[in-house]
Amino acid sequence: MSRSTSARPRSGGDRLRLRTALRTGRFEPWLYLVPAFVVLGVMLVYPIYQLVLVSMYDYGQPQVTGAEPLRFVGADNYRRLFEDPRFWEVLSNTVIFAVLCVCGTLLVGIALAVLATRLRPWVRTALFLVSLGAWATPAVTGSAVWLFLFDPTLGLVNQVLVGIGLDGFAGHSWTYEKWSAFGLVAAQVIWCSFPFVMVAVYAGITAIPAELVEAARLDGASTLRVAWSVLIPMLRPVLTIVTIQSIIWDFKIFTQIYIMTSGGGVDGQNLVLNVYAYQQAFAANSYGLGSAIGVVLTLLLLAITLVYLHIRRRSGEVL
Amino acid sequence: MHLLGQRLLRAGNSGRRRRLPGRRFGVDLAGLVIIAVIAFPLYWMVISALKPRTAIEAGDTTPYPAKVTLESIRRVVVGDAFWLYLANSLIVALSVVVLSTFCAFLAAVALTRYRFGSRTKLLIMILVAQMVPVEALTIPLFFLVRNIGGVVPGLGLNHLGSLIAVHTAFTLPLAIWMLRGFVAAVPTEIEEAARLDGASSLTFVWRVLFPIVAPGVVAVSVFSFIAAWNDFLFAMTFIISATERQTLPVAILRFFQPDGNDWGAIMAGSVLMTIPVLIFFVLVQRRLTSGMAGAVKG
Repeated sequence: MSRSTSARPRSGGDRLRLRTALRTGRFEPWLYLVPAFVVLGVMLVYPIYQLVLVSMYDYGQPQVTGAEPLRFVGADNYRRLFEDPRFWEVLSNTVIFAVLCVCGTLLVGIALAVLATRLRPWVRTALFLVSLGAWATPAVTGSAVWLFLFDPTLGLVNQVLVGIGLDGFAGHSWTYEKWSAFGLVAAQVIWCSFPFVMVAVYAGITAIPAELVEAARLDGASTLRVAWSVLIPMLRPVLTIVTIQSIIWDFKIFTQIYIMTSGGGVDGQNLVLNVYAYQQAFAANSYGLGSAIGVVLTLLLLAITLVYLHIRRRSGEVL
Repeated sequence: MHLLGQRLLRAGNSGRRRRLPGRRFGVDLAGLVIIAVIAFPLYWMVISALKPRTAIEAGDTTPYPAKVTLESIRRVVVGDAFWLYLANSLIVALSVVVLSTFCAFLAAVALTRYRFGSRTKLLIMILVAQMVPVEALTIPLFFLVRNIGGVVPGLGLNHLGSLIAVHTAFTLPLAIWMLRGFVAAVPTEIEEAARLDGASSLTFVWRVLFPIVAPGVVAVSVFSFIAAWNDFLFAMTFIISATERQTLPVAILRFFQPDGNDWGAIMAGSVLMTIPVLIFFVLVQRRLTSGMAGAVKG
């Protein structure tokens, strides 16, 4: 993104003076930033402050209707949360589910990107178009179709399995058992998020000059050595970005879990932090506790973001 | 790692070396099978929407529509306030696109064409804002929207304005981040020429800069549109009692019933909800790629 042109010497003090005036405009940039600042301030920054604030209050139905005054409880909500084994179960669910989704998405995305480089152009175009379709499918409708495909009695999958002689699958519920339900949701998530990885990695691979690989070959490098010392380093920036993006997206998944496991599964076995916070607040009316869960999730993602920024900085990317 | 490396290696050489036709055919065949697998859920959605209700309730597995009927689609479109929900969804998504792109474009101009002290800090803040789990903000936003509703009813609970406001904010960081690349790619010479011709800063931004980065604006608007169009959580949280202001994602859920889901209607609704997104994608796909190329070249 560097503008090499600005380094070129210019003739005429006229232009130079104009440039400095342009660059040092004190007032103008802030004017242009006002609309974005107002929207972000009201709808993003202030709610974050409120989230932290509410998490330190005993905030239930009586407080919402104004029947009882707000009571400041400090870290009480957090203490309650950390002493609750359910919270730790939900936290570990969230991490395991996210890791499952991230690994699956990366694996499928990278494998298909590699495959795409070896396909005939029209097959590759078809692959990209179809993937674009999966990518564009709304989470609600995508979840609905996958649920329908895996429906115990009417779903295609069970009927095909029974048809090939696996009678045990007659009426089998894929969402009843905890990890089978998580697996099904993860499959849906992977289906609609691998295209992003595929497109990015494909672009990365095609950008590697063939001469580089050939030069390494001529120098007598083995296949493994070329992959390890040439290709992986060249792809590292792309791989880092898609990994971090996937981690951030998959920690935040709400719609798929909510719809496919009917709001958190049998006895809340499929709850993840987002859905747990929502249920605590809007189903159990404990807004304070729900906010505390929201704070935990936010801090978790903030930590991941800081790692991401650190890596970006280290790899020398200029903002 | 070894396997992956070898695959990458071959990938790196692809297109520059002729391969045996037989082997290439095998790869293409594998590609076609994978294409079929990826496309299958969407395909199944469409043909299930076109099957008669009796066939679906009997667990019909014919992989093609033996008897095409618009029965399910009619059930969704006529029996329910479908057009209303569609209109609501469109109003929200299009308003978000306009507002978010407008704010993001001006912010991108400020962040790329001016040098000022806190510029880098702002950029980092935007990057961080992009990663805030907005779903976690449902609770404070619910209260905020409820309180705003007391002052400006149009932005309160049960009003589309609340959805437009939150999605404009949520799509802004990414929109700024993307537009920044497009705006930065415009050479400073153009700006200087416009200035020398006597154009004011504002004239330059709207009459010269905006048309140049239009492809980028289109690319950004796709992401904003999809985010707003697909939203389920906030639509469910903010539109509590006014069913006439529901958007499509929540409306479709009404066909999920404890005593047996109306899969035909769910699939028909899903098709109707997915089509606008797909059309949008296909329409801008060309612009999208050319816009992206423009951003990268800079």
